[in-house]
Amino acid sequence: MPVVSIRQAVCLLGRFPALAGVDLEVDAGEIVWLAGPNGAGKTTLLRLIAGLQPLHRGTATVFDFDLERDRRSHRRRLAFVGHETFAYDDLSVAENLDFAARAAGSAPDRAVEARRRFGLDPLAAVRHAGLSAGQRRRLALATAFARDAELLLLDEPHAGLDADGRALLDDTLRAFVANGGTVVFSSHESDRATLLGAREVRIVGGVVVGAERVAPTERVTEASR
Amino acid sequence: MTLVEEAVLVAAKDLRIEAHARVVMTQVLPFGVVVLLLFAFALDPDRGVLPVVAPGLFWVAVLLSSLLAVSRSFAIEADHGARDGLRLSGLDGAAIFLGKAAAIAVQLLVLEVVLLIGVFVLYDVDPRGLAVLVVAGVLATTAIAALGVTYGVLAAGMRVRETLVPLLVLPITMPVLLGATRAFEFALADDLGPAWRWTSLIAMITTVTITLGVLSFESLLEEA
Repeated sequence: MPVVSIRQAVCLLGRFPALAGVDLEVDAGEIVWLAGPNGAGKTTLLRLIAGLQPLHRGTATVFDFDLERDRRSHRRRLAFVGHETFAYDDLSVAENLDFAARAAGSAPDRAVEARRRFGLDPLAAVRHAGLSAGQRRRLALATAFARDAELLLLDEPHAGLDADGRALLDDTLRAFVANGGTVVFSSHESDRATLLGAREVRIVGGVVVGAERVAPTERVTEASR
Repeated sequence: MTLVEEAVLVAAKDLRIEAHARVVMTQVLPFGVVVLLLFAFALDPDRGVLPVVAPGLFWVAVLLSSLLAVSRSFAIEADHGARDGLRLSGLDGAAIFLGKAAAIAVQLLVLEVVLLIGVFVLYDVDPRGLAVLVVAGVLATTAIAALGVTYGVLAAGMRVRETLVPLLVLPITMPVLLGATRAFEFALADDLGPAWRWTSLIAMITTVTITLGVLSFESLLEEA
């Protein structure tokens, strides 16, 4: 049973069809890379899976929940890192993480572990407003990992991170998938996707135009297999 | 987590933000005091009008201050996509409503204590019927906070949030304003029978507003 199953999904931003008939299926334990130019619909697709974007037409199920009927029930089982941090300016790094972990029903030590993993311990008492862009990115990622999620949805997760941060994120994603987790991420950086051995799903103009397996040593298109 | 635990988590988060930012204490509270002072200047203490209209002026000052508190409560959810974070958190919508309303109510109650002292001092009003003042005050404040959160979330996703909130909240709080003013009038006149009857009416309004908020908030938050 796939974790995500989307058929002919149409999503509107105002009257503009940001998704114009997307098909996507993601199995448990997969890393899926959403590729495509700016405005292709990658963020909208991630928001649709997260239940933040209503479905206008087509079908979409995540963890067996039909998103047309219920966009909320599956959210506890996923974590979403978008362009924003979802954090509060006047709370410290530790307070933001603690709130996110507790709200998700995770044990409080998950927040401490996520903080340590993303190198945020020295910044624990610093308010979100005082963080740099890269530090905010680390906080957003730590917030996602502070939840006991089964599905990670990441929108340009490497953006703003330094080399160490990127390597750390890749290691964390590999460990997450090795433990049975599933990852769907968008990125313009093909080298990162290659390092992760992700399955590429290319989106252009709100529709999927191709998919292929990207591996560090070889690229095998689904069409040629 | 139970609904109450989730609500406490949200309320604690909002109160912690206020403890760090001190917006209500440094901006809303002075605003309420300034409103009281303006009424005093406009109505002239020597004419003897102020003690008579003091309960109404007090609740108008509270209502105007509550608009700022409600706007602030949703402004903190507008930055950095925090509202999406709240939707994704997995928290029950009813718990978010109760938590945010409780945090606003706590802040307003602190403000009301200061304003009430201001009324006693500036408007030359003798403090009487304190039990009614406390019970009616807590109930009316809870109703105002609940209505503020319910209607505040309607405007939360809009660019015109700051100007729309007063238009939405003020008309719907009229019954609370009326009931609380009457309860305070009778309490300060030491006429406790009618004061408790008006307090009962406020209790009914509070129950209805909380029920409506609990039932509707999750859907409103999704559409915000």
